[in-house]
Amino acid sequence: MNPANYLYLSALLFTIGAAGVLIRRNAIVVFMCVELMLNACNLAFVTFSRLHGNLDGQVIAFFTMVVAAAEVVVGLAIIVSIFRSRHSASVDDANLMKL
Amino acid sequence: METLIGLLVAAPLLGAGVLLTGGKRLDRVGHWIGTLLALLSFVFGAVLFINMLGKAADARTLNSHLFTWVPVGGFQADVGFQLDQLSMTFVLLITGVGTLIHIYSIGYMAHDERRRRFFGYLNLFLAAMLLLVVADNYFLLYAGWEGVGLASYLLIGFWQHKPSAATAAKKAFIVNRVGDIGLSVAIMLMFTTFGSFAFNQVLPQAQQASTTQHATITGIGFMLLLAACGKSAQVPLQSWLGDAMEGPTPVSALIHAATMVTAGVYLITRSGAIFNAAPDAQTAVVTVGAVTLLFGAIVGCAKDDIKKALAGSTMSQIGYMIMAAGLGPIGYVFAIMHLVTHGFFKAGLFLGAGSVMHGMNDEVDMRRYGGLRKYMPVTFVTFGLGYLAIIGFPGLSGFFSKDKIIEAAFAKGGTEGWILGSAALLGAAITAFYMTRVMLMTFFGEQRWQPDAEGHEPHPHESPSSMTIPMIILAFGSVFAGAFFSINSRFVHWLEPVTGHSEGDSPISAGTVTGATMVCLVVGVGIAWLIYGRRPVPAVAPRGSLLTRAARRDLYQDDFNHVVLVRGGEHLTRSLVYLDHSLVDGVVNGTAASVGGLSGRLRKLQNGYVRSYAVSMLGGTAVLVAATLLMRAV
Repeated sequence: MNPANYLYLSALLFTIGAAGVLIRRNAIVVFMCVELMLNACNLAFVTFSRLHGNLDGQVIAFFTMVVAAAEVVVGLAIIVSIFRSRHSASVDDANLMKL
Repeated sequence: METLIGLLVAAPLLGAGVLLTGGKRLDRVGHWIGTLLALLSFVFGAVLFINMLGKAADARTLNSHLFTWVPVGGFQADVGFQLDQLSMTFVLLITGVGTLIHIYSIGYMAHDERRRRFFGYLNLFLAAMLLLVVADNYFLLYAGWEGVGLASYLLIGFWQHKPSAATAAKKAFIVNRVGDIGLSVAIMLMFTTFGSFAFNQVLPQAQQASTTQHATITGIGFMLLLAACGKSAQVPLQSWLGDAMEGPTPVSALIHAATMVTAGVYLITRSGAIFNAAPDAQTAVVTVGAVTLLFGAIVGCAKDDIKKALAGSTMSQIGYMIMAAGLGPIGYVFAIMHLVTHGFFKAGLFLGAGSVMHGMNDEVDMRRYGGLRKYMPVTFVTFGLGYLAIIGFPGLSGFFSKDKIIEAAFAKGGTEGWILGSAALLGAAITAFYMTRVMLMTFFGEQRWQPDAEGHEPHPHESPSSMTIPMIILAFGSVFAGAFFSINSRFVHWLEPVTGHSEGDSPISAGTVTGATMVCLVVGVGIAWLIYGRRPVPAVAPRGSLLTRAARRDLYQDDFNHVVLVRGGEHLTRSLVYLDHSLVDGVVNGTAASVGGLSGRLRKLQNGYVRSYAVSMLGGTAVLVAATLLMRAV
């Protein structure tokens, strides 16, 4: 199978993720879109690993997964605590830091 | 011997320090301390003088280096003294006349509760003036110069409860500052041009200056002249002298005879080498001198206040000296000789005027005097001798010194010589007029006494002996000093090694000049007698001619200063303030406002929405990726 197809899929997933981050207001959805972008990157890494015939891309994909797992733990905790205090998960409501 | 020079200055300085910090404990003895230290200083001066006489004429200069005051790289200001014949003359005049004035003040200020302080200031005045004349460099001279300015300020404003005295003191100080700027600029120029302040470095270098330095030397000359104008009350900085009469009379005597106004003449004579190398500056000096000698004389004619009439006379006599000093080597010696004789008779005249005021309830208006010769015989005789000396009566001291200056003025040669000589002759005639007027209005005629503001009738009486003795001594000086100096040209030989001397070649003979001076003298005295001797003097001043009214207002010097300098200064500052507000503040405030406006707009980018930050991150990344690809492609 042509490896370029994996790359097309990866780009498509990344675009969907990015668009979701930019457009959606629900923090949970934004968060899931971020995960989608990370996984799109993973797909691209693995594909390139296969294309180049070495394992570097595979190794980096593992790192990404570990980082993503850590990020999920911290990010979800923040979102939950914001929801508790403000009764809303909308990212537009969390704009108190601006002047 | 060298140590004595330091002690000479230190004695009155010590007196000032003790008297001004000693407090009330010294009230009863303060005047004795002050007088004794002044006398001590005179004794030191006399010892140095005798020692100096014992040496050869060209080996009489004493130098003493005390310490280096400000050592900074190539800039080195020393505290050192140089006592030569010129300084010696001044030292004797300052300490001698100064001591007499101290003695006189004991009586004159007897009823003043701040007498101790007064003597402290007098001592400070002497110390500053002595420092000025014995300094061996311009930097130290400047310290003395400023000290004289300070002491004169304190003394003119001594009766500070009178607003007029406080104003007069301020005026004297401020006008003097204008002159001081001249001296400081001159010193800076000297340092940059010659790399030193010391007389023995600057003056020889000025003499051998190359042509490229001539412009600078002329500049130095003009700045020194400005300085001399301020201290010596010469046109255009003459306005403080008349008002300075607000001070106690001994102060006027001290300022006019021994200290302060003589400083300008000293400065020009001391800097003779610079002026010799700068003919343009010399022309300016003689012009200032000639204008002032007429200016002062005309003002002196119209004043009814006895002290102000004498002040006009001082201005005029100092004008003679400045003019003589501007004539170069033909005049330096005579400038100093007139300065010394003037020191005697002007101090005598002022002390006499003080004695008259003392007896007349401090009245100063001569129209309220009259017929005082019977009541104050000693004052009359001493004042009369001073009067004869100043108008140049043959045989008295003023005759010898003034006649020599008039001769030197003619000897300048050319049209300039004729103009200066005629001005000096005219000045001599006017001097005879106004001094005769003072004499007639005060001591002759009918009694025009009037009770003072509190209704006390004046009871004119002779002053105590502490006041009359100094007057008698000064009268002796007024009579004999000139003849003593002139026998065998004694004074010329004395000063010649320092100032240099050359006989000019006069277009007219010395005899003719003396004759012309005598004619001027007789005409001046005659006119004064016709107006004030033959007819009774009106008790209220008549309106007078246009010139009289102008002279009464000091020839509009204050109006001129007010309109041109005060108003002009106000306009200048106002326009500067306007410029500051509109231009400087405009630029600063404009910058601040545009930064503020820009930041207000930039602030809107930070809207707090996560997604807009995400867009900028995405956009930034896209740009970076695009740029990378583009670079690769190229």
